[in-house]
Amino acid sequence: MFVQTYYPLFSALPLAASFLNLLVTKVNKKAADYIAFLVAAALSVMAVLLVFEAPFAYKVGGFPPPWGILLVSDGMSTLMLVIINVIALLSIVYSFKYMTNYTAKPKYYSLFLLMLAGMNGVVITGDLFNLFVFLEIASIAAYALVGFGCEHEELEASFKYLILGEVASTAILFGIAFLYSMTGTLNMPDLARQLEVVGINRAVAFVIAIFIMGFGLKASMVPFHAWLPDAHPSAPAPISAMLSGVVIKATGVYAIARFMFSVVGPNAMVSSTLMFIGALSMVVGVFLAVGQSDFKRMLAYHSISQMGYVTIGLGLGLNPNVSPLIAALGLFGGLYHLVNHAVFKSLLFLCSGSFEYRTGTRNRYEMGGLIRKMPVTGAACSIASLSISGVPPFNGFWSKLIIVIAFVKAGYYVYAAIAVFVAFMTLLSFIKLQRFVLFGQLPARFAAIKESPFSMTLPLVVLAILCVALGVLYPFLDQSVLQAARDSLLDKVSYMGYLLGG
Amino acid sequence: MILYFLTLVLFVMGVYCLIAKKNIIKKIIGLTITDYAINLFIILIGYRTGGVAPILFKNMDRAEFNRTAVDPLPQALVLTSIVIGLGVLAMMTALCLRLYEKYKTFDMSEINRLKG
Repeated sequence: MFVQTYYPLFSALPLAASFLNLLVTKVNKKAADYIAFLVAAALSVMAVLLVFEAPFAYKVGGFPPPWGILLVSDGMSTLMLVIINVIALLSIVYSFKYMTNYTAKPKYYSLFLLMLAGMNGVVITGDLFNLFVFLEIASIAAYALVGFGCEHEELEASFKYLILGEVASTAILFGIAFLYSMTGTLNMPDLARQLEVVGINRAVAFVIAIFIMGFGLKASMVPFHAWLPDAHPSAPAPISAMLSGVVIKATGVYAIARFMFSVVGPNAMVSSTLMFIGALSMVVGVFLAVGQSDFKRMLAYHSISQMGYVTIGLGLGLNPNVSPLIAALGLFGGLYHLVNHAVFKSLLFLCSGSFEYRTGTRNRYEMGGLIRKMPVTGAACSIASLSISGVPPFNGFWSKLIIVIAFVKAGYYVYAAIAVFVAFMTLLSFIKLQRFVLFGQLPARFAAIKESPFSMTLPLVVLAILCVALGVLYPFLDQSVLQAARDSLLDKVSYMGYLLGG
Repeated sequence: MILYFLTLVLFVMGVYCLIAKKNIIKKIIGLTITDYAINLFIILIGYRTGGVAPILFKNMDRAEFNRTAVDPLPQALVLTSIVIGLGVLAMMTALCLRLYEKYKTFDMSEINRLKG
């Protein structure tokens, strides 16, 4: 009940804190850490409380739905809110020590909170234009954070990301304008009803194509992936963890899923497009990743490849030609992999940050034997590597297994084979990483390095435990959160019901 | 119809400028032109020849009002969109200055340290 009344706070609280932070830190520079931590902790608690609430719709300002802005809370948005806020909390804890290397720490926290506000806003809103506005808030903060170091490469990556991201945003705005001119509404439940009447005519197909391009660029699916391998490694490590773990999901995949499932509904054309793009992302991402020498750059390419699994799962979920049970299984696998990817990819990026913090390099061929000097970080990095490459007891294995099973059952043997093959290539690439970074000869100049400080190892340990827990305990855990997310996406009728202010 | 076509021309000009020019300032100008083309498009959606301002007074006829009033929502959308565009423009310009400080050039083909 408490969360229901204060639902807009998910976006309003970090937004207010972000500007308050700048004022307070004029007086006291130390306060920035505490403000960011308290806000993220409060939001995480609220997000977890939301799991126990029934779905509801919140009318902003009390205006009735088709005219006012509607905020919707259902299974999918709850799932995303939990991921976003928990990863943000851990990244902020990690930043306490890590960001002392950079100047202007208070400004960093302000941008971080702004990005958090934008992402939470994208997830809670039920209005298409509102979604665009929050998307832009999150994106502008992300552009600034990518270039935060202000070195040559960082600025270049930030500029590249900015130009491509803005092209995507312009396309999304164009699509929204197009939809408005057809239906005269921007409210997503209302839009779902109107499109039910119109059907998928050419104009709607055009908008769908534009949205796949726009949100696909934000999610860095393969034909639109050029910015990601530059942008994600250039950011400070906690921001890389946020960008790869959360931002591409909240602003890209979530928006696509929400629009395609809740507004358009199952559709063979969209389904085959998403499955193809997903398979392409998986293959291209992993092949580009194998040859990289930069630790973080390799992880960034793996993000593209792993997001392919999520996309392909969503694509199967949208397929009207297979039995609904198999479609639901595919979607479940995609969402499960989304959660798992958020956990292990942010863990990997934080680990790479820890190694960089102590050794001062990101080239994996220059490292070696680090697990003997940094046992906690090394162990966490091992667990994350095994998770991402899909080794049985860890979480990545189960979600990949579910996706492969769904595709075999649906009769798409080629896609299933690609999924297995990409998992194998991922394993190969991460074995190479382990061999060069964690084991092998310790270079003489790293003989004196120590384990990273406590505030940097704590988030790693928490994420590593999550990696194991989501995998090992999976059959015993209550799966209601993931299932609620899946059901809320598949249940278009009840989403349209939010128009009546449910 | 001719207005929509002109908006499309503006849009294509912006995209051309964005793709073909190497100078990052020109790229920014191209992106901004594209943005304004979309804004104009949104305005055109709500436009109505000979329309009146969408304010309902007591002595007005409802049916007459519905027939002649322009749609106010696109104007609100465009205002928001312009403000967002301003934010992005400020961000882009700031980045350009920083890039110039580091690389001493505005030429995108010389700003190419990231590869692979």
